[in-house]
Amino acid sequence: MTDTLLEIDRLSVDYETARGDLKALREISFDVRKGEIVGIVGESGCGKSTLISSILRLTAPNTRFRQGAVRFKGQDLLQLPERKMRDLRGSDISIVFQDPMQTHNPVLSIGQQMLDIQHRSKASKAEKRARAAQMLGAVGIPDPEARLAQFPHEFSGGMRQRIAIAMALMSEPDLLIADEPTTALDATLEVQIIERLQELQQQFDCAILFISHHLGVIAELCDRVVVMYAGAVVESGEVREIFHDPKHPYTRRLIDCDPGHIKERARVLPTIPGEVPDLANLPGGCIFRDRCDQAMPRCAAEVPPLTQLKDGHHAACWLNHKEAAE
Amino acid sequence: MAKSRSELGQIVTGVARDPLGLMGLIIVGTIVFCAIFAYWIVPFDPVGMNIKDRLQGPSWTHLLGTDQLGRDTFSRVIAGGQVALQVALPAVFGAMAIGLTLGMIAGYGPKWLDNLLMLFFDTIRSFPTVMFALAVVALVGPSLQTVVFVVMATSIPTYGRVARTQTLTLRNSEFILAERSMGASMKRILGVHMLPNIVGVLAVLAAMDIPTVIALEAGLSFLGLGVKPPTPSWGALLKDGYSLIRQTPWLVVGGGLPIILATLGFTFLGESLRDVVDPKLRKQR
Amino acid sequence: MLLYAIRRFGLALLILIVAVTVMFLMIRAVPGDPVQIMLGPRATPELQARLTAELALDQPIWKQLLIFYGNLMQGDLGIDVFSGRSVTAIVFEQLPHTLALIFASIIWSALLGIGLGAYAAAHPNTLIDRIAAALSVSFVAAPAFVVALLSLLIFAVNLQWFPAIGAGEGFWGRLDHLVLPAFAIGLSWVGYIARLVRASMLEVMGESHIRTARAFGIHERRVVMVYALRIAILPVVTVIGVGMGFLLSSAVFAEIVFARPGLGKLVIDSITTRNYPIVMGSVLISTGLFVVSTALADLINAWLDPRARTAA
Repeated sequence: MTDTLLEIDRLSVDYETARGDLKALREISFDVRKGEIVGIVGESGCGKSTLISSILRLTAPNTRFRQGAVRFKGQDLLQLPERKMRDLRGSDISIVFQDPMQTHNPVLSIGQQMLDIQHRSKASKAEKRARAAQMLGAVGIPDPEARLAQFPHEFSGGMRQRIAIAMALMSEPDLLIADEPTTALDATLEVQIIERLQELQQQFDCAILFISHHLGVIAELCDRVVVMYAGAVVESGEVREIFHDPKHPYTRRLIDCDPGHIKERARVLPTIPGEVPDLANLPGGCIFRDRCDQAMPRCAAEVPPLTQLKDGHHAACWLNHKEAAE
Repeated sequence: MAKSRSELGQIVTGVARDPLGLMGLIIVGTIVFCAIFAYWIVPFDPVGMNIKDRLQGPSWTHLLGTDQLGRDTFSRVIAGGQVALQVALPAVFGAMAIGLTLGMIAGYGPKWLDNLLMLFFDTIRSFPTVMFALAVVALVGPSLQTVVFVVMATSIPTYGRVARTQTLTLRNSEFILAERSMGASMKRILGVHMLPNIVGVLAVLAAMDIPTVIALEAGLSFLGLGVKPPTPSWGALLKDGYSLIRQTPWLVVGGGLPIILATLGFTFLGESLRDVVDPKLRKQR
Repeated sequence: MLLYAIRRFGLALLILIVAVTVMFLMIRAVPGDPVQIMLGPRATPELQARLTAELALDQPIWKQLLIFYGNLMQGDLGIDVFSGRSVTAIVFEQLPHTLALIFASIIWSALLGIGLGAYAAAHPNTLIDRIAAALSVSFVAAPAFVVALLSLLIFAVNLQWFPAIGAGEGFWGRLDHLVLPAFAIGLSWVGYIARLVRASMLEVMGESHIRTARAFGIHERRVVMVYALRIAILPVVTVIGVGMGFLLSSAVFAEIVFARPGLGKLVIDSITTRNYPIVMGSVLISTGLFVVSTALADLINAWLDPRARTAA
């Protein structure tokens, strides 16, 4: 276990709302090892954003951590005083957010923002500037010194996302969280960004937690993948395992729905029928039951536990238990 | 989209449900009531002098005391409300009507006319209101009509600009495009479809503009450049009060409080109306 | 930036030219002898003769307008009918008093308003937030001259904490005399600005880039004071620029109430004595002041907000 960098251990997070507690995350468990790329997949609203903000502890005021731990290098981040937590942000743990158009401060120059995030470094201003320019160059921004003086609106979306990556990697973090970094970009830019991330990951040797709803990107980039549905982990394992032998009906449907995966010329793009259950008022039993075409009576009665099927491959479905075969 | 009676009822209920809106409604209602029935409410003739009782403090006979000519301050405050509304209402409605017309022309007409009208609006706005008022008063002399004219002239641009923006937005909205593609006449589009939509927004603006107008009338009368004595105006009360401030505080209090109350009332009412009628307006202005 | 500045001041100049033309035509639209109207009834026959010659009344009106502009360019706004001194000199003598009052008012109210608004946004629903909300609601509508009169009554006449009239002598004396009028003018602005800053601050604090700044461990104080406030004060700059007209109007009243020297007192005194050249000169100069300050506010905005430089 010495190589485990981040360990999410039975984490449950609620949002207190007027309609009662919204159970955004329920007993989430998975880990990220040093230098590894782990993907998290799920539809919007499955709890991906709550998970990220919980790791960084940048949560909305109505957030309640009900149980579990977020251990980073063995230390539970949820117990850390705010001061210590702030020391981790942007140094050991960095993040690249989803929308590159909104991610930078519009009235400060890129250079100013890149200087500001080196606030822990004791280097001189000129050194910090040189470091910022060097990072911009590393992500492929031409003429980096001159562009430091420019403002975010003077860059294209793809460039802004590369700048965001440069900023995130500047402190050489151990863990980089990438929150759908390519969703807002078009396909060619997406490939460029992914390739750049791969290169930099090798260069800086950091672990990446890569959140996406695009399975193709996950398959391309990640070592392992965690599938989330309605605030819970339904399946996790090695990328190859998951893609070739999915053990949860939801994962199977996700793979079927991925546009890159549709081999025949389908007349209609397949979608998963039904809706995600109401998180404020969860039904008993399996959460995917209503949308599952293989549901059994047992699915309504008991919540299927996340069980290990093979080495490192977990799934939460009654179909994988002996009784299903009978 | 025409405002039916039930819709009007909804707006009133909406305003009354908001505590500040209700307060505004009560204050404005009281002022309007006092202005309409001033003749029956006032205990004394607002312009009747009684030198014997001059400069008295508050008593049961004279609730707010008397001025240097023995006139009852309370009666003058009530009658002053009448004058304030006499100036504010025609001025605001006049400005609204003209602003609406010019704004719709600017929004719907050719580009050069739009530019010309916008330059005109910007120019009028470039005169500081009071300075403009002083210039006009200097030229044509002080009177109630002068005040109404000045207020109208200076607030036309505000209504015009909003009416123009609304027209431009509506002009490209789907339901107007549909009407046009079906060959509706310009008169029909402007009159039937756009006007009702724009008037609602301007009415909110008008409610919020009334305090400014009341303050301007009072201000000019305070300077002795508004209504002529002995007409009881809140500003005139303040003018008398200012010169007698060391003898009696009651004139300044009697003239100042109703102005503050009236501005508060109309502001509350206007803001609450805005939230009910068009929450989007919150961001503009 | 330079190009933007040139364009913005070009627009200001255009507006000013139209405004002056409107003023000129307004004077001429009033029935009667224009010389009589422009000089007022107190002018001496010599002055009237001189103006008649200057105005070139026998010329067509557009030529008269050109002559009027010609004089304006040379800083000639006419002559005081009593002393025979240049109107420009008299107005510029009084202007500093008014400007000092306006700046004092806006500085104290903007600083307090921005502080209150930012604090209220960072700590919503606390006591300070409630106080700021109550302040903005109750004082936003109070006209400056009513506040001026009431504060004169309370703080100068009754409590005698501050002097009632005049502008004072020496630095501290002047400051002492500025307190009440600046208080009266600024009071409604405190709440207004606080409300504006609170609203835009809450909006900005919810934007993604603030989350980014926090995710990089930037100190919360710096996030609020630099990353958010710098955007949140943008509307305040515009509002103050456009509000220059209101400020000037308030200053006129405050000068009358506190018997302070300044543009307002000059104009009112001149109206009472029917010294019309001074009235018109003051109106022209204050209009110019207003147009320039609006343009200046836009420029400051462009300087603070790089996005505005390329747009418009």
